[in-house]
Amino acid sequence: MSTGLISLIVLGLAAVGFVLGRNRAIRDAGGDTRVLHSLPFFHGLVVFLATAVPAFLVLILWLIVQPMIVNSRVSGMIPADVAPDAAAQTLALSDVRRISGGLDAAIDQDKITPDELEAMTTDATDVRALLGTVGVALGSDVNPAVFEAAKAYRKLDATGAIGRTIAVLAAALLGFGIAFPRINRDFRARNASERFITVTLFAASTVAVLTTVGIILSLVFETFHFFTLYPALDFFLGTVWNPQFRGGSELGILPLLWGTLYVSFIALLVAVPVGLLSAIYLSEYASRRVRTVVKPLIEILAGIPTIVYGLFALITVGPILRDYFAQPLNLGNSSSSVMTAGIVMGIMVIPFVSSLSDDIINAVPQSLRDGSLGLGATPSETIRKVVLPAALPGVVGAILLAASRAIGETMIVVMGAGAAAKLSLNPFEAMTTITVKIVSQLTGDTEFASPETLVAFALGLTLFVVTLGLNILALYIVRKYREQYE
Amino acid sequence: MNDMRIAERNVDTNESKISARKVQVYYGTNHALKDVDVDILDKTVTAFIGPSGCGKSTFLRCLNRMNDTVASARVEGTITLDGENIYDAKVDPVQLRAKVGMVFQKPNPFPKSIYDNIAYGPKIHGLTRSKSELDGIVETSLKKAALWNEVKDRLDSPGTGLSGGQQQRLCIARAIATQPEVLLMDEPCSALDPIATAQVEELIDELRSQFSVVIVTHSMQQAARVSQRTAFFHLGNLVEYGETGQIFTNPKDPRTESYITGRIG
Ligand SMILES: Nc1ncnc2c1ncn2[C@@H]1O[C@H](COP(=O)(O)OP(=O)(O)O)[C@@H](O)[C@H]1O
Ligand SMILES: [Mg+2]
Repeated sequence: MSTGLISLIVLGLAAVGFVLGRNRAIRDAGGDTRVLHSLPFFHGLVVFLATAVPAFLVLILWLIVQPMIVNSRVSGMIPADVAPDAAAQTLALSDVRRISGGLDAAIDQDKITPDELEAMTTDATDVRALLGTVGVALGSDVNPAVFEAAKAYRKLDATGAIGRTIAVLAAALLGFGIAFPRINRDFRARNASERFITVTLFAASTVAVLTTVGIILSLVFETFHFFTLYPALDFFLGTVWNPQFRGGSELGILPLLWGTLYVSFIALLVAVPVGLLSAIYLSEYASRRVRTVVKPLIEILAGIPTIVYGLFALITVGPILRDYFAQPLNLGNSSSSVMTAGIVMGIMVIPFVSSLSDDIINAVPQSLRDGSLGLGATPSETIRKVVLPAALPGVVGAILLAASRAIGETMIVVMGAGAAAKLSLNPFEAMTTITVKIVSQLTGDTEFASPETLVAFALGLTLFVVTLGLNILALYIVRKYREQYE
Repeated sequence: MNDMRIAERNVDTNESKISARKVQVYYGTNHALKDVDVDILDKTVTAFIGPSGCGKSTFLRCLNRMNDTVASARVEGTITLDGENIYDAKVDPVQLRAKVGMVFQKPNPFPKSIYDNIAYGPKIHGLTRSKSELDGIVETSLKKAALWNEVKDRLDSPGTGLSGGQQQRLCIARAIATQPEVLLMDEPCSALDPIATAQVEELIDELRSQFSVVIVTHSMQQAARVSQRTAFFHLGNLVEYGETGQIFTNPKDPRTESYITGRIG
């Protein structure tokens, strides 16, 4: 039975449970719902939740665990000469899955019967041709061991599906069986459903946290793997980035880190003054009409896809900078440059600075402005000496958030600054950043288990630590700022 | 020279400091203040009383043009300070506010040190030429506001860390530091406990020797305790204005009497 169908059945059962629970409560109250502790609706809700929630939990758990078990069983059946290493093993397993899918299709289309399949071997039948007729194209003839594994895979999967259906329905019925008999006039159904909802909400937030933990763990794991192949010291202190296909690569992070920080620095040089000044204008000077028009317009900047900014950098900003600044000043003749990417990225993060700063400046109590104006200060003195100092920690938080956004940006850098890893001070030279190199290392043709590929994870983890640090700093500053007025 | 001026003023305490004639205030289409005529005397505490929403704060804010900061507000009529119309085009509202200081309902110290709170006004107006002169202003202002003894050892700690009553006295000291001639106070004690209120009231009484003080209050006892003259506002009109004693014991207008005896409020 498919997952969708099971879900529908569980929901149906739960709906029936709702009606039954509700009616039982009303009957127990002799029709007078006022004597019930909780409204009939809550009695129904408790039965509904008790039926549906555990069943869905079982379903989700099963969907996660079953493939793991089946894979480990089946991979035991693939002999070492077919799959000598981990990569070949992965490939063989995906073959197994495709063949078993093809066999399912063949049976569905009555090309073969299940009994024929049971007896079928690779020497007697041309499996590749058979699967071709149902639309599964294979690259080579089917290895006998792989074929047997595919047959086993099919069976295990089918058994699993039956087990899943039974387990889910049993969980639903069990939940119903426990909740339904408890429904009576004194049952505190309202409180019980409240507890259920609390637990559900908690579970939802746990998913987010666990995802973060999972991301970090996978990064850490692969990074560790990388450091067993390439010395950590050379990675963190190396000044040359020169990956080779045949080993002997130099994978020093410093040129990339330098490029990242340089581009981000220029981006902030653009975004902070423009963003902050427009925030001050919007919150202190603009009339409400102007504000309602201009603020969303600035925020649109944040919604433009970065590839569009990349194009802007590539065909407009880059050539202009080259023709009017770099070449006349003898600073190079590349249209890809740190300056190009930095300026365009700066435009992109303006709304991060302006929108947040605007909110923060607005949060400064009006009474402080009145106090300053009442002492004979001009509006701009009031902003400089009272409003901005009061808002400063929050504004710094906004800037750090913009910085971490800039550090993580990829597309604009590829198109604006190029892909050459260099340690140079000249802002009109092409350079590149950590994110760009992560992409190019992972999309290259090298083997997954080589240091040239795995370095992407070490780069990713470094980037993660840097931006996480910035974010924590920003949160800390913003929180501290909040305490001042509460 | 300064001393002479003070001596001169002491002679004639009934001289009028501020005169308002036919003052109208509109917030958009809401006619909030109608035909107000008042003469506020120098070296006197004048109290504005009346039910809430009757326009006391609005009128107070006309006296230092704080209503200019409200976009919808429009003021008509004339208000003169020492004979000069403060709504004249050549008057700079920023300069005016240095002469007519204001203390607000809720204490609003800046999130800066106690010292910097007081030094704020003198610094922006360039009243001092040296650090020691500034130190002197800070000290005398805090002394006049009866706060010096409590804070003299922690001038560098934040003004927001003081208690409510201390914060309000800090705000009064801050207003005094710009050496104003008139001090406007909008319900300065409404956020304070009774002890802090008593301290601030005592302070107001002392300030009278140097400034003309205008205080808005919703407490009639407070008006009776601190003021020499009282103005009663009702629904945007100035109903009655005179000696505090006369207003409270022998009001001329029946509306004043109803308010004082608690029938409107
Ligand atoms: N900033 C403002 N914008 C619009 N209307 C205002 C504003 N301030 C006060 N008002 C209106 O003016 C009238 C008088 O208010 P206010 O002077 O604050 O009264 P009081 O201080 O005597 O309680 C009220 O009707 C009030 O709604
Ligand atoms: Mg008021």
